[in-house]
Amino acid sequence: MRRYRFRHSVLWRLLHHRLFVLGAILFGIIVIAAALAPLIAPLDPNKLSMRNKFQPPSWNYLFGTDNFGRSLWSRVIWGAQLSMFIGSAVVLINAVAGTAIGAAAGYFRRLDNMVMRINDALMAFPAVLLAIAVTAVLGPSVSDVIIALSIVYTPRTARIVRSSVVVLREMEYVQAARAAGAGDWRILSRHVLPNAMAPLLVQLSFLFAYAVLTEATLSFLGVGAVPPTPTWGNIMAEGRQYMTDAPWIITIPGAALMITVLGLNLLGDGLRDVLDPRLRIQQ
Amino acid sequence: MTLLAVDRLTTAFATETGQVTAIEDISFSIDRGEILGIVGESGSGKSVTALAIMGLLPMPPARILGGHIRFDGKDLLSLSDRAMQRLRGPGIAMVFQEPMTSLNPVFTIGDQIIETIRAHESLSQRQAFSRAVEMLEKVGIPSASARMQDYPHQLSGGQRQRVMLAIALVCRPRLLIADEPTTALDVTIQAQILDLLLDLRDEFGMAVIIITHNMGVIAETADRVLVTYAGRVVEQAPVDRLFDQPLHPYTRGLLACVPTLEQQQPRLQAIPGNLPEPARRPPGCRFSDRCSRAIPACQEAVPLLENFGDDHRAACFRIRESA
Repeated sequence: MRRYRFRHSVLWRLLHHRLFVLGAILFGIIVIAAALAPLIAPLDPNKLSMRNKFQPPSWNYLFGTDNFGRSLWSRVIWGAQLSMFIGSAVVLINAVAGTAIGAAAGYFRRLDNMVMRINDALMAFPAVLLAIAVTAVLGPSVSDVIIALSIVYTPRTARIVRSSVVVLREMEYVQAARAAGAGDWRILSRHVLPNAMAPLLVQLSFLFAYAVLTEATLSFLGVGAVPPTPTWGNIMAEGRQYMTDAPWIITIPGAALMITVLGLNLLGDGLRDVLDPRLRIQQ
Repeated sequence: MTLLAVDRLTTAFATETGQVTAIEDISFSIDRGEILGIVGESGSGKSVTALAIMGLLPMPPARILGGHIRFDGKDLLSLSDRAMQRLRGPGIAMVFQEPMTSLNPVFTIGDQIIETIRAHESLSQRQAFSRAVEMLEKVGIPSASARMQDYPHQLSGGQRQRVMLAIALVCRPRLLIADEPTTALDVTIQAQILDLLLDLRDEFGMAVIIITHNMGVIAETADRVLVTYAGRVVEQAPVDRLFDQPLHPYTRGLLACVPTLEQQQPRLQAIPGNLPEPARRPPGCRFSDRCSRAIPACQEAVPLLENFGDDHRAACFRIRESA
């Protein structure tokens, strides 16, 4: 029996993809910081201290303080936690809803036209504008931001899943499974969807980045989570007025946002390189 | 005893330029334990016939315009989707042409065999596993229980075709349809797979329909042969009769294409022209525009199958006159 060889596994190839590793490290820093927030940022992110306002970064205040003397270190790290929470929630909802809608549209031809035209209509709106419209209706809160972002991004995921399903539905092994007596449900769940996972995984890693970015945009514009909840967008919006005198207030959450998005994009690129056999380059 | 009877089956496909008939008036029957070969060029309707029997023609665009398919006394065309689904596997199973793409790349072959067993029979995982191993051994996969953990890409083409056979046979079908089962394989493996097919037929007593364009495969395996051209049956005979005294000019042409060891030929004989597109078939006999013996009457009416004795039928106006 031939043994399973680690050298040929997906994980091995990912670990030898330099940009993927860099992306994983960048994103990992943010995730770990968010997870360890209560330990590494013990100062209450909302505790005012007017005596200490506009402190530049120092050993006492690693990232400095803002116009109310709140620790920016605490605020950025608790903001990271919120961003990661919103990002994962949106990705999760997208993975489930996008797969269900995309699979239904791609597999059952009768649904295809109707579902995809509704999809197209939703995709015709600019993402941020649609998200603002939804939060305007629902009201600004964390759960409403999650709903808004899910509505905005699910059609994109559904489209990707659908396009894979349309191709996979015609594969010989699907025909063969049908000839062996498999029903629609079994064919979808065992033969079509598992083979559609690679592009979906890539899409979801990019989606995480979009979700974090759009969430920051929404709270920057004041339609996201309500202040004083620390989010990167809120902090940047407040810091904008003091950009010349206290540039760290806007640059540090901006840098955190950039690291997150860059890390996720590198991660997604790496995944695509490794999972898509057509792009595989001889190394 | 008749297991499957196809009676005047006609199917068509809706295309952008209108409805195109794929097969016309196809009739044949197959007994239990019999091997029926269906030969013809690509596009002659062999695979459409097979898919129609399996109930796997995509409808739309395909439509069945007329005829009956009776399997074991049941009219397959009037069965519900569910009933048809239950029949696929234990009733009729099918092996496809392309072993490289007929297995799901993300599951082990063991998973795929077990899945098929458990779709039709309520066996425990362990029972299904040992049944799958047994089946893999039967189709000649060495160290079968270890191979259960292999993914399709770890197997060669011949091994994959064996696995496909195992999947098709694991529910003991009464009829196996093999659509060009050896086309993608080299000659040695081809012979092995055909031998295996014959052995399994003897062991399970199932009927087999072998679809091919290879006369050698037919000679080696079939009991009876159906020759199709442009969607119609042109000749039907027991295999020895067909090779000894082919009646239809098309069959003769096909056999003349096969090189023999006795005579030295600088060049193989070919039938002039190409198979007409379904939308541009000539009126009357479909073969008339390529036939060396065609007369004006051939263009006027479609010749029907006539009996020439000993279960030998052919559809050509010129046979009687030359006899």
